[in-house]
Amino acid sequence: MWQALRNELHPKGFELVTVGLDTLGAEGCRPFIEAAKPEHPSLIDAHHVMAELFGVINIPQSVWIDEQGMIVRPAETAPAPPTRPRQSRIAGNADLPQRFVEIMQEAVKIPNDAEDYHAALRDWVAHGAASRFALSPEQVIARSRPRDEAVARGHAHFELASELERRGHHDAAIGHFREAHRLVPDSWTFRRQAWSLEGGIDGPLARFWQGPPPDDPERWPYEGDWLSDVRAVGAENYNERWRP
Amino acid sequence: MILDKLTIGRADFEAGTGWQLKPEGACKGDVCIPLHPAPGATVDVAKTAAQMGLPLVEDRKHGLWALGPESIGGRALTTAEAPDLRLPDLDGNEFRLSSLRGQKVLVYAWAPY
Repeated sequence: MWQALRNELHPKGFELVTVGLDTLGAEGCRPFIEAAKPEHPSLIDAHHVMAELFGVINIPQSVWIDEQGMIVRPAETAPAPPTRPRQSRIAGNADLPQRFVEIMQEAVKIPNDAEDYHAALRDWVAHGAASRFALSPEQVIARSRPRDEAVARGHAHFELASELERRGHHDAAIGHFREAHRLVPDSWTFRRQAWSLEGGIDGPLARFWQGPPPDDPERWPYEGDWLSDVRAVGAENYNERWRP
Repeated sequence: MILDKLTIGRADFEAGTGWQLKPEGACKGDVCIPLHPAPGATVDVAKTAAQMGLPLVEDRKHGLWALGPESIGGRALTTAEAPDLRLPDLDGNEFRLSSLRGQKVLVYAWAPY
């Protein structure tokens, strides 16, 4: 969907850069990128520099940058281009474990501002700085995520955790992931990344389990998990709503 | 940025933090943080980080440090000038965001989990 949008807008001076945030690096992202066959730059971000540099706290999120290299919209929720009719995201789940059924039941409650977001994107591509969706430098900074010393320290713990994980020190990584979660409590990517490295079940869906393993729940090293945390905050608050 | 020692070259510090070391201090966009003494060819990371308010976190057992981002402005962005994002593609080739100057760019964060 993004690829088609990019190909349509590319002749108008627009480029899409996709960045896969994954401690597992190219190995984690490869099947998805190879299936998508992107014609645009498609990058691998093992240490989540997108969080540090732009304030990304969830996926999908996007940043708009103009021809002069100025950010005109900071990191914000970026839904996929709208499709009509919207397909149900619960399909053929007869064989799925109950946890996945419940995860998908929560996921469909997550609000989607795709129509407004993509109308704004097209307006900006057509009109540039004259578009009302292109924000001033002051607005861009003010709308970027709050960051105090504790949040900055949480980013450092996350990067250290990610590096330790990549070097094979999984147990050492967990302590730093936990510190990152404590210090940056609004980051879903920091939590989902750590949860996705624990497994829980075998098979291709292992990284989506993101919760205590059914055979040994005591082994789970984190306070929260995807289903509990989304229910606690409410699926309708999972993403910040898009605003013009 | 990840470190395995606390004295590093000036260019490595600049590439890792996104802050340029100039006579007036460490600068990003139009924001500068004064440094004393002015940095030379090498950077004492612990001292410089303290002056800039950058968190330095250690894992002693594995001999690693992570130097985190600034928070002086209270926001994730200190400037609206886009940082020069440098990341590899699937084949390991480094891509630089600045290579797209002259086009409108949407940088899209996703994850396979």
